Amino acid sequence: MKKILKYVIVDIAQNKIVLIYTLLLLVISLTVFNLEDNAAKGMLSLLNIVLIIVPLICIIFSTIYIYNSSEFIELLVSQPVKRRTIWLSIFSGLASSLSLAFFIGAGIPILLYHADSTGFMMIAMGLFLTIVFVSIAMLAAGLTRDKAKGIGLSILLWLYFSLIFDALVLFFLFQFQDYPLENAMVIFSFLNPIDLGRIQILLQMDISALMGYTGAVFRDFFGNSTGILLSFLGLFIWIFFPMIISMKKFGRKDL
Amino acid sequence: MINTKNITKKFGKLTALDNVSVTFSKGECIALLGPNGCGKTTLIKALLGMVVPDSGFIYFNNELIAGKWMYRSRIGYMPQIGRYPENMTIANVIDMMKDIRKEDNEKPDEELVNAFGLKNLMQKKMRTLSGGTTQKVSAALAFMFHPDVLILDEPTAGLDPLSSEKLKQKIIKEKENGKLILITSHILSELDNLVTEVFYMQEGKLLFHKKLSALKEETGEIKLSKAIAKIMTAQEFV
Repeated sequence: MKKILKYVIVDIAQNKIVLIYTLLLLVISLTVFNLEDNAAKGMLSLLNIVLIIVPLICIIFSTIYIYNSSEFIELLVSQPVKRRTIWLSIFSGLASSLSLAFFIGAGIPILLYHADSTGFMMIAMGLFLTIVFVSIAMLAAGLTRDKAKGIGLSILLWLYFSLIFDALVLFFLFQFQDYPLENAMVIFSFLNPIDLGRIQILLQMDISALMGYTGAVFRDFFGNSTGILLSFLGLFIWIFFPMIISMKKFGRKDL
Repeated sequence: MINTKNITKKFGKLTALDNVSVTFSKGECIALLGPNGCGKTTLIKALLGMVVPDSGFIYFNNELIAGKWMYRSRIGYMPQIGRYPENMTIANVIDMMKDIRKEDNEKPDEELVNAFGLKNLMQKKMRTLSGGTTQKVSAALAFMFHPDVLILDEPTAGLDPLSSEKLKQKIIKEKENGKLILITSHILSELDNLVTEVFYMQEGKLLFHKKLSALKEETGEIKLSKAIAKIMTAQEFV
């Protein structure tokens, strides 16, 4: 495992994209913090970066990387190496290097300018979303042999989690607005890792009062330590579930 | 050494392997023959665990290989079309394989690396190599870790006559060391003084598996190529 992981990480490091991603995040976060005197406003701008850009880059880069490693995978599969080791090494290599990129690019500026519970939650959610979307990319790339299809699928999944899911929830809300749906909303939020991240960060920012009655219900459920623990658990499931399915799939794949 | 029992593999509607049962024993040099697309490569990939059969069992030294991986340390595999990470140099690839496969007290066999003159090309990236040079790398890697079983899929395709002769000498040498060698090739004249058994497949089925001497006797030919040609034409009229 360690040996294969080493080759994956060296390969990702040689591929300059992760470095550029780090620098991009660094420039963005330093800019938003220096644009205004109020660091809290900077955090709000950074929130959108964490919720939109980070998942997008992670899922697209990972999917393309997995397809481009097809030769590497093919070479190793005929060698005395477990298939599970190959797949896990690629996952760990991508997850660790993208997490490190996020931590250097966004985490360190947050710690410098806004090192309180909101900042820590934002870093935690950024790291979680990074790993979740690497895991979803592994699934998307594992499902189909066709590179174009796989990348298309990743883009669709990202669109789904960042836009379409919310639209569906809104649609659902308007259709059933005569019923009390606040508790259902709590359940819905577990179906989307980005929503889980957004709710936790917003609750830390103390602007949940702006979200009306649903905001109060969210505060009630997610605001305490059990709620935080539950949403972390939800995110862990979002990491493991796609990963395990893709690993099963890869275990029986013909190369 | 390697047994397969009723393995079947389908790719969609195409049946690549149809109930194939064979036994390959130690010390033999076996030619896998058959027309294009008859399932030779699929059989090889199934032995290596790269293709998972739909049904049937494969045994390596009487152990089921499904889900196992250690047995592959005793196989050297030379693919028909070697695909290597494009950004790596030849040296990177060889070092990586040594890192993954090397047994502690064993010196890697670099005879072919030297014979093919790969030492001077070590810093070249894999994507810049010609098909023949890639084949040389594949061959060198297959023999490098003293495997008990050598699986060579079209080993001489794309090699120049000199290199192909060097590879043949190496195969003969390993055969004399008592290793099991599986070879597929369409250049039958090359196989004449190499193989001891012939394994013939057609449309995913095993047609026959015979000693070379028995085959020559039956057909009354001295050359393998003529013997096979006789059988193939006979097949067409059936």
